[in-house]
Amino acid sequence: MPPSSHQEALPPVITVSHVSKTFGSGDAAVTALDDVSLQVAPGEIFGVVGQSGAGKSTLIRTVNLLERPDTGSVIVDGQELTTLSDSALRRARQHIGMVFQHFNLLESRTAQGNVELALELAGTDSRDRKRRASEILDLVGLGAKAGSFPSQLSGGQKQRVGIARALAAEPRVLLSDEATSALDPETTRSILELFKTINEQLGLTVMLITHEMDVVKGICDSAALLEHGRVVETGGLVELISTPGSRLAADLFPLGDATPAPGTTVIDITFSGGSADRPVIAQLARDHSLDVSILGAVIESIGGSQAGRTRLELPGTPAQNAAAVDDLRDQGLLVEVHSADAAGGVS
Amino acid sequence: MIDVNDPNFWPQLWELMLVATGETLYMVGVALIFTVLLGLPLGIAVVGTERGGLFERVLGSRRLSAVINWVLNFIVNLGRSVPFVILMVALIPVTRFLVGTSIGATAAIVPLSLVAIPFFARMVEIAIKEVDAGLIEAAHSLGATRWQIVSKVLVPEALAPMVLGLSTTVTSIINFSAMVGVVAGGGLGSVAIRWGYQRYSVIHMIIVIIIIFIIVMVLQWLATWGARRLTHRSGDTGKRKRMFESVAGG
Ligand SMILES: Nc1ncnc2c1ncn2[C@@H]1O[C@H](COP(=O)(O)OP(=O)(O)OP(=O)(O)O)[C@@H](O)[C@H]1O
Ligand SMILES: [Mg+2]
Repeated sequence: MPPSSHQEALPPVITVSHVSKTFGSGDAAVTALDDVSLQVAPGEIFGVVGQSGAGKSTLIRTVNLLERPDTGSVIVDGQELTTLSDSALRRARQHIGMVFQHFNLLESRTAQGNVELALELAGTDSRDRKRRASEILDLVGLGAKAGSFPSQLSGGQKQRVGIARALAAEPRVLLSDEATSALDPETTRSILELFKTINEQLGLTVMLITHEMDVVKGICDSAALLEHGRVVETGGLVELISTPGSRLAADLFPLGDATPAPGTTVIDITFSGGSADRPVIAQLARDHSLDVSILGAVIESIGGSQAGRTRLELPGTPAQNAAAVDDLRDQGLLVEVHSADAAGGVS
Repeated sequence: MIDVNDPNFWPQLWELMLVATGETLYMVGVALIFTVLLGLPLGIAVVGTERGGLFERVLGSRRLSAVINWVLNFIVNLGRSVPFVILMVALIPVTRFLVGTSIGATAAIVPLSLVAIPFFARMVEIAIKEVDAGLIEAAHSLGATRWQIVSKVLVPEALAPMVLGLSTTVTSIINFSAMVGVVAGGGLGSVAIRWGYQRYSVIHMIIVIIIIFIIVMVLQWLATWGARRLTHRSGDTGKRKRMFESVAGG
């Protein structure tokens, strides 16, 4: 089940507050994170997107303090990490799993051995290690390959081992830095499904970094957009889509750029929840006797409910179409009105 | 003086060779043990105390690490650059202090170890630097201590190249052991000098060469076999072996 309505009541599992991080000094200084704050609710899959160099990796690495922020605080599972002693931090890290883009598996150990490493480091005794490692390899669908070395596994299989290793010590949080970027689309899909499965079965909170909007659309409940080390937007996906002018929403649901005819009105309608099921456009055409052209449309299912946006072209100026727009708004739809200029662009 | 037809000639020759081979294996073997025991930690310490290394802040001080790193590098470079004959002679007082004498196989162990330790430490350093930084990061993310990273990640992952490095090291210990034999006595090197050079016995010379050749071949074969068994990456061993040989040669 996706996070239920009472999730707001539970304290966040990850709270990043006013975190800044600068690399280097003087002229060469790079501010990778600039006063970043965000929260991840228990049981949700939280996506962080942004351009290359935006600071995504730096951000996720501060969540287990692989990167120590210059200022700000990081609270995971109720524990402030920045003030912990070395040994307490190591114990905390055992409950924060991490998955890497290039898998980072030991070549000298089998799949089973790589998973057992996590348990050795967590101090599990040897009999339990074997049992637990087999169990978790079964969970990620790799039980049959327990004795294989990473060199004998495909990329997707290696990442499954990486995930199994991250899950071995029963963390509450899973961090993933571009876990699927080195994989083909097919394998990517199966790994994302695995994330979804463990999120649902183990109630694990997942924070993942990606540069693919499809990943966010496919499995995330919430997302944050990072730009030059700053959080530009953050929130639940459904909520973002119903936010006028949301860049994340526009990136998630691009409407294409079909050119409207001059002198027409272009409107963007955002659907969410039940409104996506109603014949809104047909009704609009009928009730206002309009020749509606659809310039672009995207309907996606997010967290079990339909959401999407449609760009329509209506004949006449915005003023002439005011009644139709009001009608749509009365139905609870989110409508943005643009007028097509002479050049055919949309403003 | 050399009489091949003397009925005692061959039995005496074989006994001589047996003893000398035993001495060579003894001094090389013991020197090898010291080399691994001291060269391995030395190599790890050199890499670790570098900037960005696991031990870049010994006792919380970056400066202390830098100083240690400089000193260790200095020792390694010194050990590698002083010609062995000079090192051997210079070490005579040390050898006498440690072993009680500067003559014979046991005494030879001191200069042999001291020349091989920095040599092997450099091999260890190269092998450890080859380990993907991502693995260290993954170990950190799993809550590993620094020592756990050394023992569970760095050493096991670098084991195959280290074994190849060790084989190159042994070969040069055997090489130097012959030189020790010339100066301090003991082993196959001293047979070569006493019989081959001083008494012009071609037979002794040839047999010494064959024995040394066989020892080196067997060790190299063992090391390559071991490294291949330890390597679970495809097609890497040959490349690494060449890399170490080029380092060893240079
Ligand atoms: N260890 C470091 N030393 C110096 N600069 C760094 C370091 N790590 C990151 N940076 C800089 O910080 C900025 C953010 O880097 P980061 O790796 O977090 O970006 P990213 O969003 O993950 O990019 P990508 O999508 O390419 O992985 C970049 O300008 C990068 O060059
Ligand atoms: Mg990155």
